[in-house]
Amino acid sequence: MSGIPLPTPNPITRPHWEGCREGLLRVQRCSACGDFVFIPRVGCPRCLLETLEWVESVGRGTLYSYSVVHRPQRPEFEVPYVVAIVELDEGWHMLTNLVECEPEDVRVGMKVEVSYREMSDEITLPYFRPRP
Amino acid sequence: MTDAYVVGIDMIKFGRFPDRTVPDLGAEAALLALDDCGLKIQDMEALYCGNLGQAGGMVGQRILQEIGQTGIPVVNTANACATGATAFREGWMSIKAGVYDVVLAVGVEQMGKGLLGGAGGGTGIPKEGLLGSGTMPAVFAEAGQEHASKYGTTFEQFAKVSVKNHHHSTLNPKAMYQIETPLETVMNAEMIAYPNTKLMCSVNVDGSAAAVICSEKKARELGLMGRAVKVSASVLTSDPWQERDLVMPDVNSCTRLASAKAFEMAGIGASDVNLVELHDCFATAEILHYENLGLCADGEAGKMIDSGDSALGGRCPVNVSGGLLSKGHPLGATGIANIYEVSTHLRGEAGKRQVEGAKVGMTHVIGLGSACAIHVLEKVTA
Ligand SMILES: [Zn+2]
Repeated sequence: MSGIPLPTPNPITRPHWEGCREGLLRVQRCSACGDFVFIPRVGCPRCLLETLEWVESVGRGTLYSYSVVHRPQRPEFEVPYVVAIVELDEGWHMLTNLVECEPEDVRVGMKVEVSYREMSDEITLPYFRPRP
Repeated sequence: MTDAYVVGIDMIKFGRFPDRTVPDLGAEAALLALDDCGLKIQDMEALYCGNLGQAGGMVGQRILQEIGQTGIPVVNTANACATGATAFREGWMSIKAGVYDVVLAVGVEQMGKGLLGGAGGGTGIPKEGLLGSGTMPAVFAEAGQEHASKYGTTFEQFAKVSVKNHHHSTLNPKAMYQIETPLETVMNAEMIAYPNTKLMCSVNVDGSAAAVICSEKKARELGLMGRAVKVSASVLTSDPWQERDLVMPDVNSCTRLASAKAFEMAGIGASDVNLVELHDCFATAEILHYENLGLCADGEAGKMIDSGDSALGGRCPVNVSGGLLSKGHPLGATGIANIYEVSTHLRGEAGKRQVEGAKVGMTHVIGLGSACAIHVLEKVTA
């Protein structure tokens, strides 16, 4: 996938994108209730407090659900591609693309790990790929 | 607190009307609803107008410019696919609160072709492609796949929803399409986002629907109780926090929350419901909502479509109008069009698709991002 639109980091999301660049999958976690929060935001939606702190995920998990997209919303995307919800080993969910895997080989429950793709000087995207 | 009744309600035949305008389409439905109860625009004390595409465009006021500038208050609502239902609910609240005795609610939309995008992020992490997909087909495909992996629901069962709803719409002259789509046709149609093929995605159409909502006292005064339909519950929810629903709009939790509140407000249970118009924006969504609305037990939705329980003539017919899949889905109009469908059955005026003996019906819409609106409607017996 080349020429796809890239995110613009802002003060709230910057730690996540800086982590990706360094090969670390950073996610917010609430110090009060322990819930993980992704996409990054200001406060914990459960506790309604500004108690979020950045932690590092192991970057491994299982495929929770997926779809194979055949008609993209924007022409920059090469089809078919696999959109995936990954359940990280810590129990939180992340939306991503599954790469390095043929669409017909995708199975819910398969083991996956983060696979970084450098898209620009600033942006590295956290995709996922199958792991043994 | 007074009870609120629908005394007049109608919709235009959904279709594609590129040569018309949004206010013009809305005005047509408004006049149809007023005609349905023999009232005039000068009888209305307020207008609640739902439209998404021109949300900044004062659509309600422009409708009045076509049918009568009486100076009444106008409230314009935008709430994704729950836009029309939200406008209706604003009207319902004004009656329940005793502020007005008779108001008009209009839902209208003019749509382009193509795929619907997700709600704006504002988080600096756009979803499309980067972290998955924000297109509606992918959201609902993934929600369907989640159900499939949990309960073994099959591609064929999802496809059967489309076959059923297209069949229903052959009996509805106001639906966009009146064509049968056999199972093989649905399953072999262009794949949009597995497991939803093109025929398993709702149809983008233009349309409008309108309702006149009235207090009990006023309805009796006007002699309109004969065809009145009681609004026994009106509920609106947003997504309750769930740690596991971090990344995709959650179509399940806000529906479950809304249905529980709706049953409590109406003082009934799911087994009392004789027909349902639910948000089948995608075939996968209808399967999920059988369980979310309590029409069957968790894990039984596949069985429900296989058994014919949700088909016309079945235990609890779902989307006898043809649903969003075949009647069409003009976003701002859908919520009120659903209420029109259920009201028509409760009045015994649904012709060939009449659900016999219908006394209680339910309507459901989901606006991603998210808003869920549920209405419970009851036949007036006294
Ligand atoms: Zn918390």
